[in-house]
Amino acid sequence: MDKQPAIELKNITKRFGKVVANKDVNLTAYRGEILSILGENGSGKTTLMNMISGIYFPDEGQIFIDEKEAVITSPKDAFSYKIGMIHQHFKLVDVFSAAENIVLGIEDGKYDLKTSTEQIKKISEQYGFELDPEKKIYTMSVSEKQTVEIIKVLYRGADILILDEPTAVLTPQETEKLFNILRRMRDDGKCIIIITHKLHEVLSLSDRVSVLRKGEYVGTVNTAETSESELTEMMVGKKVELNIERNEPHDTVDRLIVNGITCVDRMGATVLDDISFTAKSGEILGIAGIAGSGQRELLESIAGLQHLSSGEILYLNPKNDTTENLRDKTPMQIRNMGVRLSFVPEDRLGMGLVGNMDIVDNMMLRSYSKGHSIFLKRKKPKDLAMKIINDLEVVTPSAATPVRRLSGGNVQKVLVGREIAASPTVLMVAYPVRGLDINSSYMIYNLLNEQKEKGVAVIFVGEDLDVLLELCDRIMVIGSGRITGVVDGRTATKEEIGLLMTKSKHEGGEQ
Amino acid sequence: MDNKIVKTHREPFFHVVKRDDMPWWKAWSIRAATIVIAFFLVGFLSMAVTERGFGETYEIMFSGVFGRIFDGRTTMLWKYLQEIAILLCLALALTPAFKMKFWNCGAEGQALVGGLASIICMIELGPKLPYPILILVIAVTSILAGAIWGVIPAIFKAIFNTNETLFTLMMNYIATQIIAYYVYIKGGGSNVINPVEYGNFPTVGNNKYFVNIVIVVLITVVMYIYLKYSKQGYEISVVGESQNTARYIGINVKKVIIRTMVISGALCGVAGMLLVAGTDHSININSVGGQGFTAILMSWLGQFNPFIMVVMTAIVVFLRIGVAKVADTALLNSSFSEIMVGLVILMLVGCEFFINYSIKFKHNKKEGNA
Repeated sequence: MDKQPAIELKNITKRFGKVVANKDVNLTAYRGEILSILGENGSGKTTLMNMISGIYFPDEGQIFIDEKEAVITSPKDAFSYKIGMIHQHFKLVDVFSAAENIVLGIEDGKYDLKTSTEQIKKISEQYGFELDPEKKIYTMSVSEKQTVEIIKVLYRGADILILDEPTAVLTPQETEKLFNILRRMRDDGKCIIIITHKLHEVLSLSDRVSVLRKGEYVGTVNTAETSESELTEMMVGKKVELNIERNEPHDTVDRLIVNGITCVDRMGATVLDDISFTAKSGEILGIAGIAGSGQRELLESIAGLQHLSSGEILYLNPKNDTTENLRDKTPMQIRNMGVRLSFVPEDRLGMGLVGNMDIVDNMMLRSYSKGHSIFLKRKKPKDLAMKIINDLEVVTPSAATPVRRLSGGNVQKVLVGREIAASPTVLMVAYPVRGLDINSSYMIYNLLNEQKEKGVAVIFVGEDLDVLLELCDRIMVIGSGRITGVVDGRTATKEEIGLLMTKSKHEGGEQ
Repeated sequence: MDNKIVKTHREPFFHVVKRDDMPWWKAWSIRAATIVIAFFLVGFLSMAVTERGFGETYEIMFSGVFGRIFDGRTTMLWKYLQEIAILLCLALALTPAFKMKFWNCGAEGQALVGGLASIICMIELGPKLPYPILILVIAVTSILAGAIWGVIPAIFKAIFNTNETLFTLMMNYIATQIIAYYVYIKGGGSNVINPVEYGNFPTVGNNKYFVNIVIVVLITVVMYIYLKYSKQGYEISVVGESQNTARYIGINVKKVIIRTMVISGALCGVAGMLLVAGTDHSININSVGGQGFTAILMSWLGQFNPFIMVVMTAIVVFLRIGVAKVADTALLNSSFSEIMVGLVILMLVGCEFFINYSIKFKHNKKEGNA
């Protein structure tokens, strides 16, 4: 097929205050191809795509669609150019059905759900989607919701599709299904642009790859002629070793025994259902599962932030060989009992740190209440801040900079640094490398390994199965708040874990 | 496929971009320039309305603040400092609550009940108690009354998560009506309580506002230290920035909300006491005169820093008194001064837009080098 350029970007620049999100980016995507936009977090991928879909307006440069200059000032303009974007966070009305969501907002004067449903079914058949147009959104799984989003833009006649990190929320099996659909659309002559930072996906799916680094366009290569290490080098700017070392755990003893805990949220839904497991010192216990399967609630229960309706959480104190039940204790009580529990929550700036405070004041969060004085002592937190900035190579103008101004990786180093500085016996981390560049990610893995060597019981909630399989000694899989299996990190396969992840979800659907 | 829907779009004339990078000196120059512009705008508007010349208008304005005699005993300057003290006291009272992102809009009511406690003590206990004890009782009851008025919405917020803005506003109306009722009873139908001679704050030298001013200076310093260097002040900041973080590190959020509102209400109660026992020796529903609301803006404009608040209140009170004098001598009523103060505050708030955002006109097109 003769390749026709569908969309061309010329010298696009976008600034946010001092930050240059995109600088002189030139990019071309053709009809009948899948183009990957690859780059680390903060490299400006999403900003660039948001300019094509009318959410931002470029400060400089031009956009050409079908070789004619286009000015896109709103998502509506984007649709008139047949551009459709599928965002990372879905924008659907929960109580409406799939079909209702798909036709929502189309201003053509008629509202005929029957004809629309027919058309939706036709689109589904053409590309191989599995979707019941009458199903309500709130009963859908994440992958079904994504299907609705994709059909929504196809229904509006989009022939340039932009997908922002579409696989972040999918299991391996669902990802494969999505990729097949995308390939079918490509063969149909559509132009597909997919934003991602996962290398193996890029290699298996796309025809060409364009790489961005720190807002600048690095280059475009044909997928068939490149390799994982070449792409990494383009992305990071230098060669990177992508190996995580994993030593055999030694001298392990039981540290934390979770016994049949059940947790019901405010809406009355059971978010944790009879969970039992043991975390051992000197090993990394991975927790895998689809996002929102109860990972957050599980860690928060242990940290004293969730009310449990049954079960117990036993902590075996290595200092005096006593056993304490942490259930229904507040974080302050847990700390006062001498339990050295550190927790790096998923929401770093919303829970682990205070975004508007500087690094010193954030160090103080853990220790400020110590002592009887009514005044704060900033000396020790200041020393700790300096130590973490030096040891973990935190890039910051000074220790007095508000942490929200730091990049994602540096924010995480500050948080992990503080939690490790408390010399924990149990260290819980939730999605510790989400949004981090490759170098920071490996630094975090190394820190976790160090803690493991020191005899800390590490609990690691992750989303990237490749990483879980490389790092963890044991992996516990949860689905819909239940444990669906525990596998050995050294022998298990990705497919095995993928199946366990969806196991209880399907059971739940039949109830 | 038809291409007829594809049309050429016009480029927007300008767009607004958020900025995060303005150095502090530049931000403060913008604020200072705004104050200067506001100062002249108010002058020119006054000139237009009163048909006076430039020199004369400003002379009257300054004489309102720096003039000699006010009531035979006190110079205008002391009156100026006194008015700053009251407004500042209310702004300081609101600051810990605001830092906690608890929108206390009830300074007016909390100050009124504080004042009510003062006047009740002065009238009922005045003749019976020795002076020092009377003053002590006035202080304790006023602080307590303000604290109670402030803590009621806080308790509801902590337990039932009610909206504190509406709740504190409603409490103002209740306070106002209680005062109206009390004045009706005690005023014997005239709706005026004559100045009470008991329990007045002492006159120092020739100056009857000295005690008020000293108390507010002390509160300013203590509040600065409390917010910046105390553990409780730190907890307030954490709760205000993120309740989740507060919970995560084990701060009892409910306790902090309630404790902080006790402090906020108590300080409003102090302001009421300064107004009643320290200034008017009487009370009516307009005793606080809307300053509880002006104080909200003062706290904001001072960026929750007590010392910047001193400067902001000084400017606003200067204009209020000066323009009132201009209006007074031209036989305009006090509404004119209120309008001008409103205008100035609006400008001060508006200039923050230019500090936080920059405006980009027609975008700079670079030719693609295809």
